[in-house]
Amino acid sequence: MRKTADVVVIGGGSIGCSVAYNLAKKGFKNIVLLEEKYLTSGSTGRCGAGIRQMWGTEMNCLISRGSAEIFKVLGEETGYGDIEFRQSGYLLTTYDSVQTERLRKNLEIQHKLGINSHMITPKEAKEMVPFVNADGMDAAFFCQEDGHINPFKTTLAFAKGAEDLGVEINRYTKVTAIKSEGRKITSVVTDKGEIATDTVVNAVGPWAKYIGKMLGLSHPVEPERHQILVTEPLEGMMGPMVMSFAHDSYIQQVPHGGFIMGYGNPNEPKRINFNHGWDFLEEMAKKAVFQLPVLKDVRVVRQWAGHYGISPDGQPILGPIPEFDGYYLALGCGKGFMLSPMIGKLIAEKMAGEQTSLPIESLSIERFAKGELIVETGVV
Amino acid sequence: MNKKDIYLCRCENFTLEDLHNLLDSGITSMEEIKRISRCTMGPCQGKTCKELIAKEVAAYLKKDISTVDLPTYRAPIKPVKLGEIAGGDKNA
Repeated sequence: MRKTADVVVIGGGSIGCSVAYNLAKKGFKNIVLLEEKYLTSGSTGRCGAGIRQMWGTEMNCLISRGSAEIFKVLGEETGYGDIEFRQSGYLLTTYDSVQTERLRKNLEIQHKLGINSHMITPKEAKEMVPFVNADGMDAAFFCQEDGHINPFKTTLAFAKGAEDLGVEINRYTKVTAIKSEGRKITSVVTDKGEIATDTVVNAVGPWAKYIGKMLGLSHPVEPERHQILVTEPLEGMMGPMVMSFAHDSYIQQVPHGGFIMGYGNPNEPKRINFNHGWDFLEEMAKKAVFQLPVLKDVRVVRQWAGHYGISPDGQPILGPIPEFDGYYLALGCGKGFMLSPMIGKLIAEKMAGEQTSLPIESLSIERFAKGELIVETGVV
Repeated sequence: MNKKDIYLCRCENFTLEDLHNLLDSGITSMEEIKRISRCTMGPCQGKTCKELIAKEVAAYLKKDISTVDLPTYRAPIKPVKLGEIAGGDKNA
């Protein structure tokens, strides 16, 4: 492991690897990435792998739209190969008029930004997914450019791109302390040795507080447990992801053939908890069989849990902090994987002192002290 | 026997050659090997192949098998139909 670094990125998920890759592309030298376990082990590798542009805030729409453009070329650009980006659409279903009205309002924001989403009738939804339960369905919303992507391959593509440009990636390396003098960071201490550096990027998602505490800071990011199950693989039969706001769940058939589905309970205590429970399996099975009755004969093979590292308004926290120089945050949105390409790009631009492609000042951690939250209601 | 004819994971058609290709490329974490290749992720959930693959990883790295990062076994141990789970007590 290197003894000195110009930049240390903490976190080997999609955001950490994207930040390292983008910094290297910007010309930063001597970048070291530290990952406590293996790449994607935290939140990225446990996510539902959906990619969505139908958001309710301009910022989320812009970041996700920009990210989709990068996902299209990432595999080729890094030389990794196919990262399984399939734009087979998201079908958002509502079973009551209040939800319909809320999502219809979001369309106005999306259309203003050029996102090709639209409201459709239950009958049209049934044409898209013939076995969806349209009984009592109020409306549906569809965006063809949403879809699925393989989170492991995507992260490894970022990692390959980064390593090819000289980034050192250290797996199974735990950060135990960050040393500072006044406003200046001086080094990052790990269980494998110490790295002298004056610049650190915190990209650990739900573990944000653990790293923050090392500098005496309290980052407003809480882990919210979400559980997922996957079924045996079947022939491709469902194009779009089916997401129901009545059930707060999503169901998607991935290219491999398995159906991935999940939801989270926002009322659980906020802590890191990787346990998966029978109660989830039963609830999720009920939600799935209601929405897609044909799934009743499909077998579940595996379930697991992961976390959304989520800020008070569900938006990313990007950029420097007021207390220290050279300490940057790139986390906090609970959907970091799908936004990771743009988050990496924006952070790299910011750190290089350039004009950022999107105005990320509004995503600074200082928005919480000022009360300028950007509330996103559409996180599932 | 040819390495490409030795199936380590039968559910996902993962051969000894596939494993060695990944190891040769520098990917030595079994957790990452699983996620790239899908080995141990099929209907048997690694019950027949996980230790076999771990043994081959250890042999390649010339390390003890206990040093291999073995992926977790997860519930349900046997595949169960969604309809049976959703039925709850009715199917007890």
